[in-house]
Amino acid sequence: MKSRPGGGRLATYAAVASGGFRRYATYRLATAAGVFTNSVFGCIICFTYLALWQERPDIGGWDAQDAVTFVWIGQSLLMTVALFGGGFSDELADRIRTGDIAVDLGRPVDLQGWRYAEDLGRSAFHLLGRGVAPTLVGALLFSLAWPANPLTWLAFLGSVTLAVTVSFAIRYLIGLGAFWVLDVRGFVVVIGFVQLFCSGMVLPLVVFPAGLETALRLLPFAALIQVPAEVLLEKSTGWGLLAALGSQLGWAVVLLGAGRALTRHATRRLVVQGG
Amino acid sequence: MTALVRSWQAYRAISGAWVRAAMAYRASFVALALGQVLTSGADFIAIVLMFASIDTLGGFGLGEIALLYGLTGLGLGIADLVAGSTEQLGRRVRDGSLDTMLVRPVPALVQVAADQFALRRIGRISQATVVLGWALLHVDIDWNLTRAALLVTTIGSGAVIYLSIYVLGAAFQFVAGDAAEVQNAFTYGGVTLTQYPLTIYPVEVVRAVTFLLPLAFVNWYPALHLLGRDDPLGLPGWVQAASPLAALALAAVAGVAWRGGVRRYRSTGS
Repeated sequence: MKSRPGGGRLATYAAVASGGFRRYATYRLATAAGVFTNSVFGCIICFTYLALWQERPDIGGWDAQDAVTFVWIGQSLLMTVALFGGGFSDELADRIRTGDIAVDLGRPVDLQGWRYAEDLGRSAFHLLGRGVAPTLVGALLFSLAWPANPLTWLAFLGSVTLAVTVSFAIRYLIGLGAFWVLDVRGFVVVIGFVQLFCSGMVLPLVVFPAGLETALRLLPFAALIQVPAEVLLEKSTGWGLLAALGSQLGWAVVLLGAGRALTRHATRRLVVQGG
Repeated sequence: MTALVRSWQAYRAISGAWVRAAMAYRASFVALALGQVLTSGADFIAIVLMFASIDTLGGFGLGEIALLYGLTGLGLGIADLVAGSTEQLGRRVRDGSLDTMLVRPVPALVQVAADQFALRRIGRISQATVVLGWALLHVDIDWNLTRAALLVTTIGSGAVIYLSIYVLGAAFQFVAGDAAEVQNAFTYGGVTLTQYPLTIYPVEVVRAVTFLLPLAFVNWYPALHLLGRDDPLGLPGWVQAASPLAALALAAVAGVAWRGGVRRYRSTGS
């Protein structure tokens, strides 16, 4: 990370974010491999949804084209919102376990802000590198429902940014867990499952039985995939759009706040052994 | 034969050490194994949720799909437990740790598979076994000795087919070390594809997983026989019992690929 004397705080965060972007952009072959895998999965899931929608053409108020489009939005966002965890939070947990966190806390940047900037950079790369190409494959093979209103793309971008923020806030909390337990991998796996399921990634929430759908929409995980997808599919428009973005923003604020409070609490009791 | 025995002993010694290491953190182990049960079960829960609004998918009922799901899940689960670590080959090539393995008197493939052995992967096996058991209680199979034997050989063949894919993936990483994720498309992608009846896919896909990469032999063809269903491709009846042949053929290809990979391997030198 380059230091920029006199560059101001924003410049620091921008440098951190661009570092986050470049860190993942370095592995071009890995990205190509990921695009291939996302495309294969996208195709398989499309055929399963098409079979489902053939049985029930109006399930959840969506048509088959909405469902197929949802698949590619999901594949694009899978890495962008780091649904399987990973990225900075493993590293954060690791640094807490080894005690290196003391160095991070001594830096003249806020721990959460620094990690957030880095994760925004990473997610921007994953959206471009792992999102766009599979969706093009999807668009070639299937008929997708593109937004009628071009401004929807802008709303979608905002919604994705908020989704990344919610996802970051959750992973930050998991990483901080290493202050209390030695090995957070168990947490990571369990939260990974909850996110997979409750975000709509495994099955769009509209297909769930009504009571379950309502319950899952009250959780922060819907903000990761289901909400941005409904923005792009123009299922959330007008006030509905504001409500959708508002719910994401609400969760982002609450979870980031919890992360800040927990950081303060943890660092107050932090004892670093010398030697 | 003695070489085989020695390989097995080495595999057991290395994997045993990793099991003892994992057991030192018992709570972590339980959480990770449980997480595996949940994650690998997510797809099945999704299928059950779908069936809240439908009676058949691609012409198959929930019990029949559970049979397909259980068979393919069990095949992958066993292969993943035995050789899931081979996914790390690219990293080993990068950091040079493969070199030490190549000079030891045990086949490198055995060491690569046994190193970092993760017992938590029984999570997927147990989840698939439960689904398979449930399926066998809920589908109408006219049991006889042949069908029982077919069920057992299918599980074994499925495991060998997925094992071969792991080895092929590892061999590919000799060429493209960073492309480890490609094999996920065939292992996890394969399991996702085959947990549904192949009737929902275009016929080209069915042909590809029959003749190109024999994933359909993991569950589809034997299940057609068990369930007394017609083969949509109209292949001859013996194909439904041919899973062991498909498994052996793919294993042979994987063996050749692995040897080729080792032969062209060039150390990083660091």
